[in-house]
Amino acid sequence: MYVAVKGGERAIEQAHTLLAEMRRGDPSVPELTLEQIQNQMSLAVDRVMNEGSLFDPELAALAIKQAQGDMIEAIFLLRAYRTTLPRHGNSTPIQTGQMRIIRRISAVFKDVPGGQLLGPTYDYTHRLLDFQLAVNAVDTEDDESEPEVPTATESASDDSELAAVLSILENEGLVEAPPVGEASETDITRTPLEFPADRATRLQALARGDEGFVLALAYSTQRGYGRNHPFAGEIRSGAVPLAMEVEELGYALPVGELLMTECEMINQFEGSAEVPPTFTRGYGLQVGLSERKAMSMALLDRSLRTQEFDEEVESAAQDEEFVLAHCDNVEAWGFVSHLKLPHYVDFQSELELIRRLRAQREADGDE
Amino acid sequence: MSELTGYNFAYLDEQTKRMIRRGLLKAVAVPGLQVPFGGREMPLPYGWGTGGIQVTAAIIGDDDCLKVIDQGADDTTNAVSIRRFFAKTAQVATTEVTEDASIIQTRHRIPETPLVSGQILVYQVPIPEPLRFIEPRETETRKMHALSEYGVMHVKLYEDIAQFGQIATAYAYPVMVNGRYVMDPSPIPKFDNPKMHQNPALQLFGAGREKRLYAVPPYTDVVSLDFEDHPFEIQRWDGVCELCGADDTFLDEVVVDDQGARMFVCSDTHHCRSRRGEDA
Amino acid sequence: MREPILTARDVTREYAPGQGCLGVSLDVWPGEVLGIVGESGSGKSTLLRLLSGQESPDSGTLQFIDRHQTVWDLCSSSESDLRYLGRTEFGIIHQNPRDGLRLRISAGGNIGERLMGVGERHYGDIRAEAEKWLAEVEIDPSRIDDRPAVFSGGMQQRLQIARNLVTHPKLVFMDEPTGGLDVSVQAKLLDTLKRLVHDLGISVVIVTHDMGVARLLADRLLVMKSGQVIESGLTDQVLDDPHAAYTQQLVASILQVN
Repeated sequence: MYVAVKGGERAIEQAHTLLAEMRRGDPSVPELTLEQIQNQMSLAVDRVMNEGSLFDPELAALAIKQAQGDMIEAIFLLRAYRTTLPRHGNSTPIQTGQMRIIRRISAVFKDVPGGQLLGPTYDYTHRLLDFQLAVNAVDTEDDESEPEVPTATESASDDSELAAVLSILENEGLVEAPPVGEASETDITRTPLEFPADRATRLQALARGDEGFVLALAYSTQRGYGRNHPFAGEIRSGAVPLAMEVEELGYALPVGELLMTECEMINQFEGSAEVPPTFTRGYGLQVGLSERKAMSMALLDRSLRTQEFDEEVESAAQDEEFVLAHCDNVEAWGFVSHLKLPHYVDFQSELELIRRLRAQREADGDE
Repeated sequence: MSELTGYNFAYLDEQTKRMIRRGLLKAVAVPGLQVPFGGREMPLPYGWGTGGIQVTAAIIGDDDCLKVIDQGADDTTNAVSIRRFFAKTAQVATTEVTEDASIIQTRHRIPETPLVSGQILVYQVPIPEPLRFIEPRETETRKMHALSEYGVMHVKLYEDIAQFGQIATAYAYPVMVNGRYVMDPSPIPKFDNPKMHQNPALQLFGAGREKRLYAVPPYTDVVSLDFEDHPFEIQRWDGVCELCGADDTFLDEVVVDDQGARMFVCSDTHHCRSRRGEDA
Repeated sequence: MREPILTARDVTREYAPGQGCLGVSLDVWPGEVLGIVGESGSGKSTLLRLLSGQESPDSGTLQFIDRHQTVWDLCSSSESDLRYLGRTEFGIIHQNPRDGLRLRISAGGNIGERLMGVGERHYGDIRAEAEKWLAEVEIDPSRIDDRPAVFSGGMQQRLQIARNLVTHPKLVFMDEPTGGLDVSVQAKLLDTLKRLVHDLGISVVIVTHDMGVARLLADRLLVMKSGQVIESGLTDQVLDDPHAAYTQQLVASILQVN
């Protein structure tokens, strides 16, 4: 039971003024533009779009600016806006096989058809602070070893589809076929989660789940809490065509491209009397270059498939209800932050009770 | 390679190096024992060799010659990255020739060329605890080690045989060191396990994320766990290396086209090249 | 002259004033089944944990004599010693078989674990022994590679018994071993237990609130109330001619059920 906050109106106004001042910082420093955030903090923008469940880099940049770089606050802002938007229809399912690759790696084969492409990655950078970047204008033009950064538009693969690494193992029957489920009609942003959830629903929840939470649980499976022995079968990033079915036209109308990152994990084989040992798989998909999240998602997808493989649920990462009920950071932070609201009445009741219990005990002791 | 200013020789400060060396001395004194150490943040992500790098940084000197391999190869991205790191921070000589190296940092392989006395092999270790997948709790696994309660390791092997007719552990195959501690050899293929036994080189293991060091001193017994009626066996291939013709090495499978055609080649690139007479 | 294998004197473990196990003394003789009965909260499970070394008493002494006639002071034994005894001389049957089994390990692996724990390294021998023990507890040996997770509650309990008895412990502790089972399943399990205990000549300390179980299995009974033993004697004598009012109530309660 909550007590209404009274007489706080002015206080709130003042707080907002202070907040605006704090957000702006020193007025002598130029204000951030959305273009700057979009261009130079693009990974932050990607994260906000994923967990905000809305692909709009400009709005995500605005949310980041408005939230002073507080990611969960920015995600919250974007979601709160998204919920107001009308829905005009659904896209046709995207085909990541048609992705124009900017990065593609596999950890299971040294080389794969189509090749390994490192692309823009922090993987092999040494994490040494680059004090050059602290000086404002770093002139990249003068860099002697200017690398040719392949972009989506000029990538190696032209029109041909690039086969997934896992399909190579699939042809040999060594890995399970991709689990075909009905594309879920459920949209977790419109209908409440119900347990047990189907896989499509689970993937939706994980796709917009908190990066830190999903990462930590994925990590726990690697440390023995969930029996997951994964190999990164393939990670690919690039532009995927997006099309919409428009009833009047009768065909799918291309509407643009999405930069996406897909991860397919190969997991330790399962086998039984009927089924020979087979690798199983976990799947992760994110917009932008959110590779950390896509990998973590793929690990959790697999660890949550306990029912399919008749596995004992022994750890948090295998417990669908635990994972899905707690992976949403806007929900989580909402409930944690609500502890800041007044609880005077509840606390008063507790105070009264604890005093009475102590008095009772004292009285009993005196007897 | 240009010198990196503002950092100590081999990146770590001398006090940290001494701390790691003390841990290593203890590890050498008690073969196979996991020694906790105050692992530092390194400029590489956890899981990419932070343990191995800290060990190498703690033992490397001016006159050392460093070789770094990943999956047996000198030219894999992570190996290149780590080699460059030390070339930059310690200005030491680097090599791809196994015989020329005084320190070899490795991920997932032991070189095919036999090591000799005086060489040090530094392993990067992701999960140092061999009992981890049976018992996730550290408090319990430490007790199991302390009391030599290792029966449960054989339960895992028993289950493999019951289910697959053979021991189905292909890498990170657990070993008994010096008759006392069960040890994770890091995710090397079991093909490499016999090379650890009575090896003239010093073998050091560093796990950065889990903050553990352990060691196998030169000429120490390292025995792969097995059953009397299901003895330990290493992987074998039907063919030979399609580049150098070796029939006694660990072979990598390379997919060469969309139709799934494969070729098999030595995973140890230096060994393969030197067999082909391409060694500089 | 035979000696008791387990001797407890003035064993006390008090959780809160008047709660736990207060100054209990008892002897367990070779080959006998000692029943400890009482309502929940009477301290009988605490006593079982103390006797089996799972918990240490605040005061009192516990002495155990193993098969080599070595005398162990359980109160001052190291954890290492207690764990050694736990996998060689003792067996512990939990009320919930899930507490005593490895659910993701096959039935054969569950039985084999204790053998491997004491150094058995021949797969074929371990498997043969596991098959033999499955038959002993009346589980079809062809289920050897199935995981206990797919077993019924009664089968899980049988498996837990096999897993404990495979290394021929001298003393087995049982905590409500038929607790969660249907009456018909209970009866079959009790028959199996009675036969095995008799054939192997092991000593058993069994805690139960079920007077029927006590009558069927136990040679002697201790009745506990509020952490203390209030009555003891041969099972028939205690059940047919209970002295303490509390015991009379306990016995009456089972008559009502029947």
